[in-house]
Amino acid sequence: MEKNKYNDLVTKYTPKENRLKNGLLAFFIGGIMGVIGEFLVEIWSYYLNIPTKEAGTFMIITLIFAGCLLTCFGFFDKWVNFAKAGLFVPITGFAHAMMSAALEYRKEGFVTGLGASMFKLSGSVIIFGVVSAYVFGLIRILLFGGQI
Amino acid sequence: MIYINAFLFAGLVCLLGQIILDNTKLTAGHVTTIFVVLGAFLDIFSIYDKFVLWAGGGALVPITSFGHLLIHGALEKAQDFGLIGLAMGMFDLTSSGIISAIVISFFLSLIFQPKD
Repeated sequence: MEKNKYNDLVTKYTPKENRLKNGLLAFFIGGIMGVIGEFLVEIWSYYLNIPTKEAGTFMIITLIFAGCLLTCFGFFDKWVNFAKAGLFVPITGFAHAMMSAALEYRKEGFVTGLGASMFKLSGSVIIFGVVSAYVFGLIRILLFGGQI
Repeated sequence: MIYINAFLFAGLVCLLGQIILDNTKLTAGHVTTIFVVLGAFLDIFSIYDKFVLWAGGGALVPITSFGHLLIHGALEKAQDFGLIGLAMGMFDLTSSGIISAIVISFFLSLIFQPKD
């Protein structure tokens, strides 16, 4: 009896998340991130006279740098709480995960803290990315003979 | 025109991530991991290449492009060296992103203190 009452109270006072609002916010902010990415690609390829493919790499590095710096100043955590998927699905989320792990674990020492735990949050992206790319690459070679 | 495509593509990927996040018990880490695997999967049939042509930088911004770049580097080397080539070329295209993330966050973590 007591337990049921407690559960009712918990469900009553848990803040309800507005899914429509969250979805729209993620769509708009993610879309703006995409526009910024395309804009940076064109800026880099115009000023440095490099092909679009290399300019894409420059753009990714720029966004990673911006994500790391904004995480250090403390803005990015608030923005991620506000925009959710709009900011952690783009590459800035990877930079944010890495930077916050580095800041968090540095006080535990350089080797055992910073060195060992830097990939604590973002490591799964790299591990699963590499394993899946290897397996899918193998499948593609078996299916199509490896032509790109 | 490509700006509209970039907006639509990046927005839709983020919307998909938000829908997964809201309707299941998965966390942000799960969602990004799923998207990387999805990006690699779409390149079995060269689908993601078409997205990159269509949306330009907008298709490179979401984390799905990470899986796409991993498998692309691997396949480029695999044409010459076969199975070992898959391992040789895996990080060819993504190393710039990973290395700069490591170096930048290392040096910035020396300067800044964590904010709570």
